[in-house]
Amino acid sequence: MTWSQMQPLLAEAGQETLIMVGWSTLIAVAGGLPLGILLVLTDKGGLLQNVLVNRVIGQIVNIGRSLPFIILMVALMSFTRWVTGTTIGSSAAIVPLAIGGIPFFARLVETAVREVDHGLVEAVQAMGGNTWTVVRKVLVPEALPSLIASTTTTVIALIGYSAMAGTVGGGGLGDLAVRYGYQRFDTGLMWVTVAVLAVAISAIQFAGDFAARTLHRRGAGSSTAPALRLLRPRKPAPADAGKVA
Amino acid sequence: MITTSGLTKVYRSRGREVTALDGVDLHVREGEVFGVIGQSGAGKSSLIRCVNLLERPTSGTVTVAGEDLTALAGRGPRAGRALRQARSRIGMVFQHFNLLSSRTVRDNVELPLEILGITGKERSRKALDLLDLVGLADKATSYPAQLSGGQKQRVGIARALAGDPKVLLSDEATSALDPETTRSILQLLRDLNRQLGLTVLLITHEMDVVKSVCDSAALMEHGRIVESGTVGELLATPGSELASALFPVGGEASAADRTVLDVTFHGEAATQPVISQLARTYNIDISILGAAIDTVGGLQIGRMRIELPGRYEDNVVPVGFLREQGLQIDVVESAAEPVLVKESAK
Repeated sequence: MTWSQMQPLLAEAGQETLIMVGWSTLIAVAGGLPLGILLVLTDKGGLLQNVLVNRVIGQIVNIGRSLPFIILMVALMSFTRWVTGTTIGSSAAIVPLAIGGIPFFARLVETAVREVDHGLVEAVQAMGGNTWTVVRKVLVPEALPSLIASTTTTVIALIGYSAMAGTVGGGGLGDLAVRYGYQRFDTGLMWVTVAVLAVAISAIQFAGDFAARTLHRRGAGSSTAPALRLLRPRKPAPADAGKVA
Repeated sequence: MITTSGLTKVYRSRGREVTALDGVDLHVREGEVFGVIGQSGAGKSSLIRCVNLLERPTSGTVTVAGEDLTALAGRGPRAGRALRQARSRIGMVFQHFNLLSSRTVRDNVELPLEILGITGKERSRKALDLLDLVGLADKATSYPAQLSGGQKQRVGIARALAGDPKVLLSDEATSALDPETTRSILQLLRDLNRQLGLTVLLITHEMDVVKSVCDSAALMEHGRIVESGTVGELLATPGSELASALFPVGGEASAADRTVLDVTFHGEAATQPVISQLARTYNIDISILGAAIDTVGGLQIGRMRIELPGRYEDNVVPVGFLREQGLQIDVVESAAEPVLVKESAK
């Protein structure tokens, strides 16, 4: 197969992957973020301590995480039909991808939010802030670099899952590689697809790392973030700690 | 301004009970700097965190500025609106500053104002005024990571003052700082106390902190207040542990037939040349074994350990003279005496 023959195939498959992964990531983040935060808040010693709610959410997340994606996809068939009216095609694949992504992202959010120093939560409580203020002004902004890194991980995992979407006719790059490489022995197109996926994943990882690092290093004034200086010149950290006003 | 009565806090974990506070009665007067000192584990932290109910006391009441906070708290573990409003009128500074790393210095100071619902120009003006007050006006756009420890604590203090509090709680605010920075932060607290009439309750494990800024102090041990009072009152209390920790004097009698006295000067008496008067009036030789004189809360206060020749029985008159001068005299039992008692018991 020549490049000019491959091009339209790749373009179409790429678009399908983009749609599937894009939408499912959006839904996974929208659903996983509150779930992950809720897991931290309802935990023992949390601001909204509630053992029952915590166990129930924890169990749901565990089950969602432990099911192999291909089984989840088949198991969700009737739900998918109820939501999208069909069980085949890209839009049908978005449903199981999103449902698989939510618990995945929720666990990552939980870990990220747990890392936030409890002293900051206490400080806001001492100012008279309520739980919602704590979530909005402390937990999310302080965990943001980790949350972005978690999103990157989720996007890449969803690209992996989306390869299986081919089994329900969802299309996408993974499906293209399977159809041509495995079913038609057209290894040329398969390798090109693999290369495209590799480049795409590296680019996403790089962009995610860059964003997380930019936020994390904010204000650190450290020389370990040369990329930052391109955005804004920084003042050096104070040399003399003792001399204060 | 702050009153706790019968404050008790019991922590339960895995069936074990730990009593952190055991019936603490504390009274902090309006406009004073009150220091609570004690070793780690004495319950200081629990105490200060019970004052704004970050920690719910197991029993007892907390009243701040005439408001019974324990009554506002309700039953649940969550803070209701009334308690949150009361908290916004109590400033708090922390040992580890607890500044949001994702916000600039100015935005950190604006945070409590956001919670109070103050918006726009007024909010930023107030934040800048507060930064000016703590001497950090030029750091408004820096991030906390770019500041030194002392500067971070200044931001923490500015933030604590945002809600125009009458009361400031300081939870080991200087314990993470070097001595020089500690002094400058304490000076700032003292200035704010005087300028704004701010009542400050601070907890610390450093005697120097109490010495340099506190009007009153309390000593905590095993969840209880062992001693409490103004610095003057403490010094006037015979055998006060706090007083002797604030003014440590040492020295042993040089011979068996000597009288060793601890003389405490405070108020008027501190300015009189009593020792030389004593020597001249009774024609006796006085040795000074140890002395500590300092200014505490703006008052010159001191302690001195002196030795007079002869046993206590021979020195009744000179000791009477010193007491007449308004000095507090504690007779130090010599180490040799218990041996004599034992011999006489035989």
